[in-house]
Amino acid sequence: MSIFTKYEPLARSLAAVTNGGGRNPFSVVIDHPVSSTVGVIEGRETLLFGTNNYLGLSQSEAAIDAAIDTLRTHGVGTTGSRIANGTQGLHRQLEERIAAFFRRRHCMVFSTGYQANLGMISALAGKDDYLLLDADSHASIYDGSRLSQAQVIRFRHNDPEDLHKRLRRLDGTPGAKLIVVEGIYSMMGDVVPMAEFAAVKRETGAWLLADEAHSVGVMGEHGRGVAEACGVEDDVDFVVGTFSKSLGTVGGYCVSDQDGLDLIRLCSRPYMFTASLPPDVIAATMAALSELEQQPELRHRLMDNARRLHAGLNAIGLRTGPQASPVVSVVLDEVAQAVQFWNRLLDLGVYVNLSLPPATPDQHPLLRTSVMATHDAAQIDQAIEIFATVAREIGAGH
Amino acid sequence: MSETVADVSALIIQTLLANPKVPRDISGSSKIVEDLAFDSLAVMNFVMEIEDSLDVSVPLDRLADIRTIDDLANCIVSLKQGD
Repeated sequence: MSIFTKYEPLARSLAAVTNGGGRNPFSVVIDHPVSSTVGVIEGRETLLFGTNNYLGLSQSEAAIDAAIDTLRTHGVGTTGSRIANGTQGLHRQLEERIAAFFRRRHCMVFSTGYQANLGMISALAGKDDYLLLDADSHASIYDGSRLSQAQVIRFRHNDPEDLHKRLRRLDGTPGAKLIVVEGIYSMMGDVVPMAEFAAVKRETGAWLLADEAHSVGVMGEHGRGVAEACGVEDDVDFVVGTFSKSLGTVGGYCVSDQDGLDLIRLCSRPYMFTASLPPDVIAATMAALSELEQQPELRHRLMDNARRLHAGLNAIGLRTGPQASPVVSVVLDEVAQAVQFWNRLLDLGVYVNLSLPPATPDQHPLLRTSVMATHDAAQIDQAIEIFATVAREIGAGH
Repeated sequence: MSETVADVSALIIQTLLANPKVPRDISGSSKIVEDLAFDSLAVMNFVMEIEDSLDVSVPLDRLADIRTIDDLANCIVSLKQGD
């Protein structure tokens, strides 16, 4: 028996997706970027509507220049973890910049956003504590909960009352209770009712961690995310985020006013046992953060574009999530139809993400799009037109 | 009121049968993943329904040891007894 025998059902599912000559959606190669919004795929210039590069800053000239300058002065890597092999001045500088941006006392930087959730959740919740997770939480949150050994309880998605009920069941039970929510949920782009969750947190004495990976740089007057937009930042004990979306680089972080955060550096395995961020990434991230701070118009353009795409897809009879946000997902009924739709979109020059159950809510396949501040109106209209053409071809939508 | 394992098992089966995709011949010894063809997410969502009916929370780590409907019923009864 092969060590891969257990993956035979997975192999059959993949074969079903590629049957009939379709592409493997998980192996698409973007040969090179032409701009933040256009990439070359299969030799053709293709509109990019699936990169999470919300502000287009992966192609920021200022960030590129900062990275090149820093490569010349600092070299290409750190070759080790901060605990074992040392923190560089740039790591400290980045943490101070991120803390100042969020107006928090402390910041801890991780090598990826995934590791930030994994590292924070696993270290904050011990085996006698309770983690209360939104049912639609990202895999990094579920994986962090498994690494934590805490008792894990799910509550219904975006439902503060359901959370409250589950916390009431824990009344009198010893152990800290840590609620984990996301600012914008990555599959459907729906926004957390943060003020209502903050109220439950205050009433029950639980702790609150918000993963604002998809909402920092996107929501709030200063781009600090949904907690800022809802005016409840003081209630969020820990904000986790990533550099790989609105800031266009790679890495993750947690900010907090809790002095205990420094102790997490000595007990969070995903922080301790991995190589730290390289100097060029740190320099590019700080430059991108300056752009995010100095150009609020990027956020306004992003939300205008999100509304244009959301309204356009609804107008041609496709079903999306209820809110316009930078993630706009088209909900389909059948996997085979979604696969065919996704392939035709790429044939006609639009790249989106094909998201399949069980990674999606409610067992529906999704054509997940993400919008950018740097898309122009003509690109968005062209993408909507191509969606309409394919929907007609394959009889999707209404 | 305190439910017995048989009561809880019956309630689980009744809840499952409300889903037309579930085979009609399930019993307490049916395996939730193999016999019902549930994936990990479907199991968690179904357990959430049962939690609400019985006003109990089943921590996710407990699910790892549960194979059959009776296993789930046993787990819920022990949680309700404050185990």
